[in-house]
Amino acid sequence: MKFSLASLFAGLVFGFGLIVSGMANPEKVLGFLDIAGLWDPSLAFVMGGAIMVGVVAFAVARKRTLSFLGYHIKMPSNTHIDKRLVLGGLMFGVGWGIAGFCPGPGLVALGAGETKAAVFVAAMVAGMAIFEVIERNRARA
Amino acid sequence: MIEIAWSNFTPWSALLGGILVGIAAASFLLLNGRIAGISGILGGVLSPAKGDIAWRIAFLAGLIGAPVVWLLAAELPPIEIKAGYPALIIAGLLVGIGTRYGSGCTSGHGVCGLSRLSLRSLAATLSFMVAGFVTVYVIRHLLGV
Repeated sequence: MKFSLASLFAGLVFGFGLIVSGMANPEKVLGFLDIAGLWDPSLAFVMGGAIMVGVVAFAVARKRTLSFLGYHIKMPSNTHIDKRLVLGGLMFGVGWGIAGFCPGPGLVALGAGETKAAVFVAAMVAGMAIFEVIERNRARA
Repeated sequence: MIEIAWSNFTPWSALLGGILVGIAAASFLLLNGRIAGISGILGGVLSPAKGDIAWRIAFLAGLIGAPVVWLLAAELPPIEIKAGYPALIIAGLLVGIGTRYGSGCTSGHGVCGLSRLSLRSLAATLSFMVAGFVTVYVIRHLLGV
């Protein structure tokens, strides 16, 4: 229960951050990705602001084994830079560049009642489901 | 030569929003001990392990509910989606498959990964940033859409 409440809180604040920053607006995101046009560097400040806070949080977390609510702190253990990582990143980047949506802002725009965002999110979830099916078949083979 | 769109440039709201995103990721880490990676949280709903789904739904409800709560107090800033439906479907599929193959998106690799100085996340972030820049270049300047 505590865990889910903290998750709800984090999701809500995350969403507010995406709204305030302009990330929830695909046209703003595409303005950032369009270096060759009239470039809007604003989103570099979103990343900068988030990482400023994040660096401190991860430095604190690194010195602990339990979170403040008493849960085990789980850090990713994989450090390999492999083909899956890079190809997956490239695919994601192409999709991001086409619509201006990454997963978080897509969900926020869906919550704002945007029909187009609902279509994007539905396709994104379908993409994730396709991945699950491929992975399961691969594991079985 | 890079030309800056000064009239669209919003460094303060971007920074403030970024700090909020950072606070969200920090609270998730320091309260629950987890990485706030949105594609991973959403993807995990599709192949749920026992007892591992309620918190995912709660996080996503917060994210989707944020604009609803916002609307109680103020108007939402504009959300301009110029892509057509076929483009949105292709983009969604690519984002869905790509983020799962690459084990993360802008939040997990970009914000959290870079914050913990992970080289793997840096490689992922560079991959999707470069692909994003090139895609917009191709669409807007080579195809002229």
